Amino acid sequence: MSDIIFEERKDQIHVTGEGPFKLACNRDSLAGAVSQRACVFCGSRVVLYPIADALHLVHGPIGCAAYTWDIRGALSSGPELHRLSFSTDLQEKDVIFGGEKKLEAALTELIDRHEPKAAFVYSTCIVGIIGDDLAAVCKKVSAQKGIPVIPVQSEGFKGNKREGYLAACKAMFTLMGTGDTSDIPPISLNILGDFNLAGEIWIIREYFERMGIRVVANITGDGRVGDIAKAHGAALNVVQCSGSTMDLAKMMRETYGTPSVKVSYFGIEDMAEALYTVARFFKGLDPDMLARTQALVKEELAVLYPKLARFRQDLEGKKAAIYVGGAFKAFSLIKAFRHLGMSVVIAGSQTGTPEDYEELASICDPGTIIVDDANPLELSAFLKEKDVDIFVGGVKERPIAYKLGVGFCDHNHERKEALEGFVGMYNFALEVHRTVMSPVWRFVPRRAGKTLAAGISDLPKECSI
Amino acid sequence: MSATAVKPKTESFVSTTNACKLCKPLGATLVFKGIEGGVPYLHGSQGCATYMRRYIISHFREPMDIASSSLGEKQAIYGGGPNLKKGLLTVMDKYEAGMIGVATTCLTETIGDDVPGILKEFRKEFSDLDMAPVVNVATPSFSGTHMEGFTAAVRAVVDQLATGHAATKAVNCFPGFVSCEDIRHLKDVFDGFGLSATILPDYSETLDGPAVDEYEKITSGGTPVADIKAMGGAPASFEFGATLSDPGEAATAGGLLQSRFGVALHRLGLPIGLRQSDEFFKSLEAVSCMPTPRRHALERGRLLDAFVDGHKYVSQKRCVIYGEEDLIVGLTSFMAEIGVVPVLVAGGGKSGRLEKAVHAACEGLVPEMPEVADGVDFYDIADRARELAPDFFLGHSKGYRLARELSIPLIRVGFPIHDRFGGQRVRHLCYLGAQELLDRVVNAMIEKKQTDSDIGYGYI
Repeated sequence: MSDIIFEERKDQIHVTGEGPFKLACNRDSLAGAVSQRACVFCGSRVVLYPIADALHLVHGPIGCAAYTWDIRGALSSGPELHRLSFSTDLQEKDVIFGGEKKLEAALTELIDRHEPKAAFVYSTCIVGIIGDDLAAVCKKVSAQKGIPVIPVQSEGFKGNKREGYLAACKAMFTLMGTGDTSDIPPISLNILGDFNLAGEIWIIREYFERMGIRVVANITGDGRVGDIAKAHGAALNVVQCSGSTMDLAKMMRETYGTPSVKVSYFGIEDMAEALYTVARFFKGLDPDMLARTQALVKEELAVLYPKLARFRQDLEGKKAAIYVGGAFKAFSLIKAFRHLGMSVVIAGSQTGTPEDYEELASICDPGTIIVDDANPLELSAFLKEKDVDIFVGGVKERPIAYKLGVGFCDHNHERKEALEGFVGMYNFALEVHRTVMSPVWRFVPRRAGKTLAAGISDLPKECSI
Repeated sequence: MSATAVKPKTESFVSTTNACKLCKPLGATLVFKGIEGGVPYLHGSQGCATYMRRYIISHFREPMDIASSSLGEKQAIYGGGPNLKKGLLTVMDKYEAGMIGVATTCLTETIGDDVPGILKEFRKEFSDLDMAPVVNVATPSFSGTHMEGFTAAVRAVVDQLATGHAATKAVNCFPGFVSCEDIRHLKDVFDGFGLSATILPDYSETLDGPAVDEYEKITSGGTPVADIKAMGGAPASFEFGATLSDPGEAATAGGLLQSRFGVALHRLGLPIGLRQSDEFFKSLEAVSCMPTPRRHALERGRLLDAFVDGHKYVSQKRCVIYGEEDLIVGLTSFMAEIGVVPVLVAGGGKSGRLEKAVHAACEGLVPEMPEVADGVDFYDIADRARELAPDFFLGHSKGYRLARELSIPLIRVGFPIHDRFGGQRVRHLCYLGAQELLDRVVNAMIEKKQTDSDIGYGYI
């Protein structure tokens, strides 16, 4: 395996138990190394895109908008403006003479046509270079049209996805403090960092509602501009996917004093703990909430456990690999696999922080490969070395697994199956079971070896006809 | 789109909603992926490579490694040259590339990186290394579409690698952006005429490869570099595309080989449908001095038989065709032949040659010429399609929501096919491709009739 690891990347890979834990991360991707990472624009688009009654205009050449057209499973319970792909489609003359006029005209006509509640204008690489004054155009159109028109400083080259998250948080923060909060009860919260993939936020909202809590704003899955505008009136921010929206929670804490808690809705422990954390927070206002929450969890688990036990019979001892965008999700996945009797032998992320990786290493079994910002060569070599049964990742990882004859579970923004909550744990287990137990793996070269003669020397010495 | 109430567009309309095109470098990466040992390399920021990989992977369901200069803010200001050189060394070191294809992006075009100059320096600096050929193409995303990037990359490869020293027997074929199955079929067809052909690009294996035991750093298959070098000595070139620049302008690979090395050029439309396939087979007969092999003659005969058997199901059905310009010209020609009335032919490109080519394809076969629209997006297409009320769509996956809104079938062809399985194995070309497309169109019409009927006919 060592021959495929770039000299420059050796300190971004660690095998637990082999020496003290130390992992380099938060580093620019190595040029030429086929990183699985995206860019700043991608980060901001991921976070903001599910706000369904806003216009999302990409100011740039066509690719940035075309490649992000309705590719994710973020559902809306109402408007679906986010599923359209708007672009200024910058042309050569715009690059030479500047794209501000075109941007203004595009914004004006799109706002007239769709009457959105707000507009987000995403900057791309090229706009950063030609220096269009996005803020000035947005301000002008906002004044004309009477809706918030918000520039998102997401030039692709200005770092990696994390910078995009920050740009998105800054953009959303400008909306806050403008809505009426008078009808918000004291027991209320905002859901941050959930994208309502396959309707997941609806599952989580239902849990909170059963606990007796009002959800003020979904940030950002099934999001609405009006809800975000009054989100500062909620008593608590519950932050999942902390990489993407923790910055927003921090801004809200500094300006409005809103406290926040970090949670995950994946897997049994983390889902239950998320609900208990929130119940504990409201203990002073509602002393019975904790008991109600325990009843809720018990009720859900009574349904879930027997189903999982059946999967576990088959899956005991199988091995999994995880490579996801943020490291936080990996923690939940490791625990979820343990419930299925499976071990995780590879765990990595595109954008983990030193603290993330330390935590990751501490919960992994000895011998687990921990990797930051991997590439197809490394991932494929690790899969092979560890002889895994299933790989959990996103669309760019899927063909690597399949090509090698390894099962796969899509756990990124493109998924169409809800994986959050207790029902999500069931869906996850079902998907893992379906792929790992499929008979197709016994036929792939990894398991079956060579089945046809590769040359004359493989053939029987004497032919029967 | 159904859930969003929309107002009519204004005349001074400048924005794009749901593009019917992709960006220029994407086309170039596909070409480089179709060369033996080829590694596509994007000189730009990391996101471009990742987005395009994702987009291509979703269609082919195969690994598609695209290296990137991974430019950051510093390089955007001071120039991307050092990262390009570093990236090339990285690719050579770990990938053992047989060829690296460097395409620029809007970022590097705008900051003005002189890629040919940087590559020259690179070759000089590392002249002691055993280096793979590096080809470069300028693909600024702010001018043109992925098809133009594709065509430009094919031309760049030929321009920078082909020589005319030795005569060779192999003919050249530049098929354009067709499916993996199409490329495999073309090879069979050439083979049947006793012709060995250098098809550029050939991603029939690299983007539709077998299951493997070891992950291949670079997938096997692809047009051998040595064969590309020999292209200048070929007896003839076949180049498909109805909207390409005039051959005399040398703006395409075929035109360039003709003007630089005198290689005879057979410029044809994509062989989709009966007449365009006939044209291709006639050219093959002329070049090979061989009659069309019996099996293709039989394929043609069966196709004609199917034209007759199926004609009533499709006669006077109205369709909207959209996608890449050369592809939609071919599809229009085919639909017109079987009595389908193309009512709108729409593309995101702007070659300026679409209307003429569509009219030529429909001449004498349709009651009236279809509307032809270039440089359009799906907002425009939807707008017209709602009024025209077609019976079906012929195009890629991106028309699905509109087809759903209008409750009409979408017959998926071309790229991208993101919502069905096997996009890379759809055959469009020659008699067999026509046969398969015809079967799909006829069956879609039968299925629609069946679904819409209250009776539940089991015998149609």
